[in-house]
Amino acid sequence: MALTYDDVIAKYEPTLGLEVHVELNTNTKMFCGCSTEFGGEPNTQTCPVCLGLPGSLPVVNEVAIESAIKIGLALNCSIAPFSRFARKNYFYPDMPKDFQISQYDEPICVNGFLDVEIDTDEGVKTFRVEIERVHMEEDTGKSLHVGGSTGRIHGAEYSLLDYNRAGIPLMEIVTKMIPGTEKYAPQVARAYVTELRDILRSLGVSDVKMEQGSLRCDANVSLSPRGSGTLGTRSETKNVNSLRSVERAIHGEMIRQGNRLENGERIIQETRHFLEESGETRPGRSKETAEDYRYFQEPDLVPVAPDASWIEEIRATLPERPSVRRKRLQTEWAVPEKEMTAMINAELLDTVEATVKLGADPTKARTWWLGEISRVANEKEVEAISLMTPAQVAEIILLVASGELTDKLARQVVEGVIAGEGTPREVIEKRGLKVVSDDSALMAAIEAAIASQPDTAQRVRDGNIPAAGALIGAVMKATGGQADAARVRELLLKHLGQ
Amino acid sequence: MAAISRDEVAHLARLARIEMSSEELDHLASELDQILHAVDRVQEAAKDDVPPTSHPLPLKNVTRPDVVIPSLSPEDALSGAPASDEQRFKVPQILGDAE
Amino acid sequence: MTFIYNTAAEMSIALAAKEVSAVDLANEHFDRIADVDGDVHAFLYLDKEGALAQAKDVDAKRAAGEKLSPLAGVPLALKDVMAQRGIPTTCGSKILEGWRPPYDATVVTRLKEAGVVILGKTNMDEFAMGSSTENSAYGPTHNPWDLSRIPGGSGGGSSASLAAFEAPLAIGTDTGGSIRQPAAVTGTVGVKPTYGAVSRYGLVAFSSSLDQAGPCARTVLDTAMLHEVIAGHDAKDSSSINAPVPAVVAAAKKLDVKGMKIGVIKELGGEGFQKGVSERFNEALEELVKAGAEIVEVSCPNFEYALAAYYLIAPSEASSNLARFDSMRYGLRVGDDGSRGAEEVMSLTRQAGFGKEVKRRIILGTYALSSGYYDAYYGSAQRVRTLIMRDYEAAFAKADVLVSPTAPTTAFKIGEKADDPVAMYLNDIATIPVNMAGIGGMSLPCGLAAEDNLPVGFQIMSPAMKDDLMYQVGGTLEAALNSKWGSTLMSQAPKLGAK
Ligand SMILES: [Mg+2]
Ligand SMILES: [Zn+2]
Repeated sequence: MALTYDDVIAKYEPTLGLEVHVELNTNTKMFCGCSTEFGGEPNTQTCPVCLGLPGSLPVVNEVAIESAIKIGLALNCSIAPFSRFARKNYFYPDMPKDFQISQYDEPICVNGFLDVEIDTDEGVKTFRVEIERVHMEEDTGKSLHVGGSTGRIHGAEYSLLDYNRAGIPLMEIVTKMIPGTEKYAPQVARAYVTELRDILRSLGVSDVKMEQGSLRCDANVSLSPRGSGTLGTRSETKNVNSLRSVERAIHGEMIRQGNRLENGERIIQETRHFLEESGETRPGRSKETAEDYRYFQEPDLVPVAPDASWIEEIRATLPERPSVRRKRLQTEWAVPEKEMTAMINAELLDTVEATVKLGADPTKARTWWLGEISRVANEKEVEAISLMTPAQVAEIILLVASGELTDKLARQVVEGVIAGEGTPREVIEKRGLKVVSDDSALMAAIEAAIASQPDTAQRVRDGNIPAAGALIGAVMKATGGQADAARVRELLLKHLGQ
Repeated sequence: MAAISRDEVAHLARLARIEMSSEELDHLASELDQILHAVDRVQEAAKDDVPPTSHPLPLKNVTRPDVVIPSLSPEDALSGAPASDEQRFKVPQILGDAE
Repeated sequence: MTFIYNTAAEMSIALAAKEVSAVDLANEHFDRIADVDGDVHAFLYLDKEGALAQAKDVDAKRAAGEKLSPLAGVPLALKDVMAQRGIPTTCGSKILEGWRPPYDATVVTRLKEAGVVILGKTNMDEFAMGSSTENSAYGPTHNPWDLSRIPGGSGGGSSASLAAFEAPLAIGTDTGGSIRQPAAVTGTVGVKPTYGAVSRYGLVAFSSSLDQAGPCARTVLDTAMLHEVIAGHDAKDSSSINAPVPAVVAAAKKLDVKGMKIGVIKELGGEGFQKGVSERFNEALEELVKAGAEIVEVSCPNFEYALAAYYLIAPSEASSNLARFDSMRYGLRVGDDGSRGAEEVMSLTRQAGFGKEVKRRIILGTYALSSGYYDAYYGSAQRVRTLIMRDYEAAFAKADVLVSPTAPTTAFKIGEKADDPVAMYLNDIATIPVNMAGIGGMSLPCGLAAEDNLPVGFQIMSPAMKDDLMYQVGGTLEAALNSKWGSTLMSQAPKLGAK
């Protein structure tokens, strides 16, 4: 009988380790002036340096260093007063020089931490994830495997290489071993990567798109028998390219390891690949010999020694930490937890905030962006922000607040703006969506409504105020929704002696 | 005693991606042995209180502005390729996993 | 009337005076090459078309009255380790046969901008690993003084082209003596500038922390003129010095060493040095004394470890630098028959494409860097490097420049040391410490050894970024020796060729 997740947790304690690689969004590559633009024609963003041509030499991108320092500071790291690049030597066709310029024993940032909050059975608990290091390195090229089942490495007849991505600046963020997460290990891992992603985005240093590979996570897990005080052998799962997958991969790997241990089998220290479909991992191709990277200091580059004043300058520009900002906005806007989460998951927090900053009511702003606009965006498979600007949404909300539009009319304005009919004002003009605020026109409609529903009118005269709703509805219908409902109600009640 | 065995040389040749015949391995093992005996003396000179020097110049913080410079044309980039297809470098099948 | 026996400085004057055109000068050299290079084998590739186009361009500019660099129109031989756009660049290796770089090395860019006429690429030990040019995959180069002997290495092609009057100027690169030792054994002048003085961009790397390109010629002044063309800060090389280039031409013309202190390094002489080498070296010292310099003896006790440290550092860096020759993107590819994987094709290509010495050093370097051995070998060698720098620091506190014989012997016979790598490595004993410390070093001829009538090299070392000092001393010594001999040493070289 195979162990379930709960069985595994009952017997074993998990220890996590997470390595995140993030591509920076600098204009140029780490060591050359080639563009980093995503999606170019193959081999159009290469030069002697990033192709590793004989004789070429690397020169460090200054913005990449600044980004590394920003990341380190945001993760509470110390910034090394002296750090160096090293060569990691191994042969692989996607790596033009057959060594990767990376950092080894002298990384730029060390000893940080990141606190994440998890919903536990005992309420919200904070887990501290300690960061061992943040270091700079370069990305590899991309290979296309042709023949066999195309796209897969195994069974391919040959491979085609595009070096446009070779040399893109990469930051590797490595945690220390994370003990004590217990059954929440998968959630802690996910929360950590999520918080990290949010921080990186708020710093503006990366696009952090897991699906495009600009943020990649390798997850290490090991299990040790409860109370044994020993540390189990770990596996390293690669190819985890969504937040949900981070959680699933660790969950799956814990079950796999637990069952192996239960059957008296050894855990092999190895690299495994996450399989999206099944949520399981499969072993990577094992190497005949353990790799020996023969690290040594990169002789073509000189040390990076940021002075303290520069570091402080950068520290002063750091934005508010996303988790702090989230709490602040949640309080300021009085948003329920669930809606706040929805807004963050939809990546609309910045957009809503921008709309609110233009004077819109926070609840209205949230409702528009997450409601109607997101609905259309989903239909069209585009980003909500590509359909309307915060200024347009704020303008419409303010027109409703001042009574110039009703909610119903506002919906039509939004529809018109999205359809490309112009600015909100232009749509109102073209579609004739002005609220009917001429009292005499309204009175005519009110009298018509009373005439058609005399019994209802009588009930209102007798003091049954809620009954007025049916009459107001009739007036709104008669005016095509363009009447100001509040004004209609006011006039109607007055007319019926209330 | 030999400083380096034939098996070690074979392992190094694999690490360095150089195919070697068995005669080559034998020959190289004995040559390397001589060379290593000759260079071994660095250890007697180098005491721990002497810091290592990796670079003759005391330079630091040499960087480049983050400004795009025109890349090579794809024709130039691929001009030396032993084989190419679809504007990409064509290489034999890749068997092992990347790092 | 031919100009090929003139110095570059003289050619420069003749060109400026329009006594000769750059095109004629280039053609005279191509004729000479056609005449003698069958025997010497200094060149791997001749770029007649490119050279004549450049010469024509210089002539047109001169005719139009444009201001030109002093060396505009003067021919030059380029060591085949420098990338030149569209021109085969082999580094003396089969693995790069047929590769034409899509870009120019910074040195090449500067030569082109100065109007220097690049005749072609010269032979070298494969990837600059050697002291005899016997390790070229394209056959050895022969010493013009005695065709059965080596022209030094790795830049034997460049030094031989000068000694055979095939070119007045050449570019060399010096990782452990590859400019200076070839200069010494061919009776020519070669300078390794301070590390970082000349850009390494486009110089195919052997050992990045030691490699340095420099000028080669038949006189001190000619090397100084070429030095000023190729040196200077380059943003493409992170290790490039960002400071003005010392005025080396002016220094070479000074002809004055009065009051200068010249330090003779005790450890670089005596035992192991050929008798005739020591004799000529000591006579040259006397000339410097006569010119007003003071000779002091200095000791550099850690130099005895320099060779060992060098043969760990250079192969280690080389094992990494040469990894890129894997047949994926350029160069040779062997065994790609559709059945083999990339890894196997890499290994077969590297087996077929690299020569013995290169393989030997790659394996040695792989060993020295591998886990478990790093501290004992690479790490220790780096500490020795510190000790050598300290020795120099102490010596330069006592002397303005330091001197020694450039090489322990004159040119040996081709094949004589080919099977004994350790004996071969000893050739570089006096040149290696300079690279380890990154300082400047020059070799100039100081006569012929009595026992074999072959040239002897005199080495001058100057502190980092003070390259002008070695030019000042070298220029003075050269003038003193020429007046003592009544002619230049090169005028005593055997005449080659049919003409
Ligand atoms: Mg990494
Ligand atoms: Zn590039």
